[in-house]
Amino acid sequence: MNWYGIAAIWQFEMGRFFRSILQSIVSPVVSTALYFVVFGAAIGSRMPEIESVDYGAFIVPGLIMLTVLQQSVQNAGFGIYFPKFIGTIYEVLSAPISSLEIVIGYVGAAATKSILIGLIILVTSLFFVEFSIVHPVLMLAFLVLTAVSFSLLGFILGIWARNFEQLNLVPLLIVTPLVFLGGSFYSVSMLPPFWQNVSLLNPVLYLVSGFRWSFFGTADVPIVASLAAIFVFAGLCLGIVWWIFRTGYRLKP
Amino acid sequence: MFAALVRYPVPSIVKVEDLHKTYDNGLEALKGVTLDIEEGEILALLGPNGAGKTTLISTICGITVPTSGRISVGGHDVQSEWRAARKLIGLVPQEINLEPFEFVQSTLRFSRGLFGKPRNDALVDDVLKDLALHDRRGSKTSELSGGMRRRVLIAKALAHEPRVLFLDEPTAGVDVELRRDMWALVGRLREDGVTIILTTHYIEEAEAIADRVGVINSGELLLVEEKSALMQRLGRKEIRIELTQPVEAIPDALADYDLVRAEDGRSLTYAYKATGERTGITRLLTAVQAAGLTLSDIQTRQSSLEDIFVRLVREEAE
Ligand SMILES: Nc1ncnc2c1ncn2[C@@H]1O[C@H](COP(=O)(O)OP(=O)(O)OP(=O)(O)O)[C@@H](O)[C@H]1O
Ligand SMILES: [Mg+2]
Repeated sequence: MNWYGIAAIWQFEMGRFFRSILQSIVSPVVSTALYFVVFGAAIGSRMPEIESVDYGAFIVPGLIMLTVLQQSVQNAGFGIYFPKFIGTIYEVLSAPISSLEIVIGYVGAAATKSILIGLIILVTSLFFVEFSIVHPVLMLAFLVLTAVSFSLLGFILGIWARNFEQLNLVPLLIVTPLVFLGGSFYSVSMLPPFWQNVSLLNPVLYLVSGFRWSFFGTADVPIVASLAAIFVFAGLCLGIVWWIFRTGYRLKP
Repeated sequence: MFAALVRYPVPSIVKVEDLHKTYDNGLEALKGVTLDIEEGEILALLGPNGAGKTTLISTICGITVPTSGRISVGGHDVQSEWRAARKLIGLVPQEINLEPFEFVQSTLRFSRGLFGKPRNDALVDDVLKDLALHDRRGSKTSELSGGMRRRVLIAKALAHEPRVLFLDEPTAGVDVELRRDMWALVGRLREDGVTIILTTHYIEEAEAIADRVGVINSGELLLVEEKSALMQRLGRKEIRIELTQPVEAIPDALADYDLVRAEDGRSLTYAYKATGERTGITRLLTAVQAAGLTLSDIQTRQSSLEDIFVRLVREEAE
């Protein structure tokens, strides 16, 4: 294993994050605060408890998931797209570093960033609502798994994208709707039966549900289904990444 | 004494066998290139735009996927033993590609790490000094001039101590002084035993620093030869006879010599093979005198690689 190579990529990418630390942290904190003001305080005060959880607290896991998914896809997508765009990718492609190591470096850095942001949101939300976490270790595990698998998705997106528009469009048109419709701000059981069944096709539902279970011990779908979904998703992304490097798809002429 | 005369077979550090590359759009950029590069030598690849120089280098370095053929570096096949092969290689690409917001020093550290080497700030400092970049180590790459950025690219490649260095047009757009500095650097690297392959459009560059010269044109390697042998084999000498009195035409007595009369009639030029047994100069000069012409001066000139190159490419086209 080329550990120095992995570390070099990881550090380089984290450097990008810390150079714009203010922007990296302020924007998720501000948007979290806004969500709490709008959903938590304004709407939440008129909402009943959901599954015996106060609505303000109920949306915390969904809110973290929303940001972690967006940040993972965005960071990982940009992280690999940018060197491809400006041409510095030549160095990585000519270095004695395997595709797996490249992925660990880039995806690892993107996941680290979004996990950090997820934790920052968690801390921020403690200023607005009161709650405790039933399964803290599993909560962290869920956070890490989600960040990693969606960073993988972002990595694929960054390699696939031919321009900045494509890079921005997928998160906007696919990821964000999936998160909103995945029960981030409501319980799926509140939907009519038909839409409940449709929701079950949404992979994000399983993530949000599992993540919420680690907070409150209640879930829309069984926790095993959540875990299975996340592993299947991560496996699928890994498979695509493996194929990309084997064929040189959009990386090597 | 004799050791200097016997040429021991030097193991080749880069071996390219029958390399073909056809891009996805159907363009055949390499048409069966075979090339052996000896350890420690400086090989200059000459060729017009689009000849396939960059494609050849990129394919050896693993950035471009070969269509067929075999490549090994340091005895390691670049496909099956890519890790060992790539560890030996440093690449300075033709295009200046640098992370704009990154600091000079940290881009060097990145390169070193990427190639699996532990952090070594002393070495990075030495490389920066060698390229006269040390006082700009804390600058962002976007704040540097074009020539400095090219040097950063070279520094990045040297930061991981390669045994084989590929320089793709290192002196394109570089001023004369810097070009000399770069030639000096190449000389120093060669003393350390680094094998250097460089592409260039400047023939005088190949002439100044290369041991061997390869000429490539539309995907085919026309020749690879010792620079001096090439100059001797193909090099022609010219002798220019300047006259005190201009001549209207070449005198009949000199008709056999294939002379070229200058437009003002003040000089005659005679070309001959530098390696020929009999150059015919003595006879020519005698004949000139016999024709009643008086000489004011005689100049000789050796044809440069540039002349040779132009001729080769033209012959190929015919
Ligand atoms: N990615 C690519 N896709 C398709 N064709 C390419 C690609 N890269 C290069 N070519 C073509 O391959 C041929 C060789 O190009 P290459 O860049 O190797 O030439 P070169 O000798 O380096 O030229 P120059 O002196 O201009 O740098 C050219 O005709 C070029 O158009
Ligand atoms: Mg080129």
